[in-house]
Amino acid sequence: MNIYEQARRNKTWTWALVYLFIFIFLFLGLGLDYFYGIGAEFPVFTVIALLLGITYAYAGYRLGDKFIIYSTHARSLDLNNPKQKQWQNVVEEMSIASGIPLPKTYIIDDPDPNAFATGRAPEHSSLVVTRGLIDVLNRDEMQGVAGHEISHIKNLDIRLMLIIAILLGSVVLLADWAARGFFMRSRRGDRRNQGSLGLIVLAIWLVTAILAPLLSQVMAMFVSRKREYLADASSAELTRNPLGLAAALEKIEARTGPTRSIIRGTAHMCISDPRGYPVNQRQGRLADLLATHPPVEKRIEALRQMAYA
Amino acid sequence: MIKVLLILLGVLSLWFIAVYNSLVFLKNQVLNGWKQIDVQLKRRHDLIPNLVETVKGAMKFEQTTLTEVIEARNKAIAAGGIAEKAQQENVLSSALRQLFALVENYPDLKSNENVAKLQEELVSTENRISFARQFYNDIATKFNIRLQTFPVNMISGMFNFKGAELFELADASEKEPPKIDLNIK
Repeated sequence: MNIYEQARRNKTWTWALVYLFIFIFLFLGLGLDYFYGIGAEFPVFTVIALLLGITYAYAGYRLGDKFIIYSTHARSLDLNNPKQKQWQNVVEEMSIASGIPLPKTYIIDDPDPNAFATGRAPEHSSLVVTRGLIDVLNRDEMQGVAGHEISHIKNLDIRLMLIIAILLGSVVLLADWAARGFFMRSRRGDRRNQGSLGLIVLAIWLVTAILAPLLSQVMAMFVSRKREYLADASSAELTRNPLGLAAALEKIEARTGPTRSIIRGTAHMCISDPRGYPVNQRQGRLADLLATHPPVEKRIEALRQMAYA
Repeated sequence: MIKVLLILLGVLSLWFIAVYNSLVFLKNQVLNGWKQIDVQLKRRHDLIPNLVETVKGAMKFEQTTLTEVIEARNKAIAAGGIAEKAQQENVLSSALRQLFALVENYPDLKSNENVAKLQEELVSTENRISFARQFYNDIATKFNIRLQTFPVNMISGMFNFKGAELFELADASEKEPPKIDLNIK
């Protein structure tokens, strides 16, 4: 699989997710109408839910990256600081090597080394690093990390990841809200739907509302594990120096701790898991399903093999 | 029968248009890649006077190297034609490398903040030039493969698309293959 195929797939997946998302809104709206609506002549909840879903998905697509960057308290780089200037240079070099426009660069004042890229397209992309990463890495290692993130940008991983982050966050909220609404109503004793069909529909609706956040979480994990290997390989192709990234991963791994400033919903975007989950280090089916990142040793091993070292 | 032929002709011409457009797209990417190399070379030309100005005071005894760098820069700017340009840029590269090797001998220069900054800028510029060349070669190879493989080669022949020339290492030291000692001791 190469970077262009991956970009095509990411586009398809992004659309599929947006449709799924709007469908979930439609489904919840229909449910609300069925149980609490004023009737078929005007399905008020369905219309509201649909409008909300579409507006939210579009706004998230256009503004989600800004929101994520804002929520991590990231600032622009200080180009008078030699290390930060060096990082800026390395990012520019990698954008030349990959032929994409220069992404906006940001820094988070956090001692734990980490990095992520976000945005909806290479022309509208941002690259965020922590101060810890810039402080511990040398030039070659920075280049490996920048190449990795630039690859995520070029193959549109960032677009899919952005959509997942936005939808994941909202589906959790939405499901909470729907469940709470239902329980409040049922305590008051709504006598409208006593038939067995009504009960079955209600059951399906509730199960969906409860499972949706779980499913979206599993999906975020599932889609991002393979991606890291591909981005590592593409980075090596750009820098022609896989050992730089391998050394960077080693350093990042050695200082692993939770990156507090990066919120939970964006964990799947980072070069190393900001939650410091031990499950990422395990191998096997279950670990493959649950972890957002492949084990670092395996990534380093793969990079070393590229260098025949 | 005529219907089938018409449909076939329609599909064929759609394919024709798609291939032609993709070739034009790739060709422009190749041209853009070439321009990008020029942009980075210019960046290097602009940086050099600053560098020489900064180290001049401390490196009084290395006048020849400094003048060599300046001369190489001026020649590279004045050079016309791709081959001559490439050659002059390579002379400049080696002159710069020599200068940086000499800077190592001056501890007060090495610890000077401005020199460190300029050094980083020049390292970055050298990288940018080589990455721009690498990108150019990658995209040009892609273009060439597309041009030469069947069935696209029929269209590229018809419209006289020419393959892009790859950027080759002109520096003699870079061109030499690594020596491998096969004598087992």
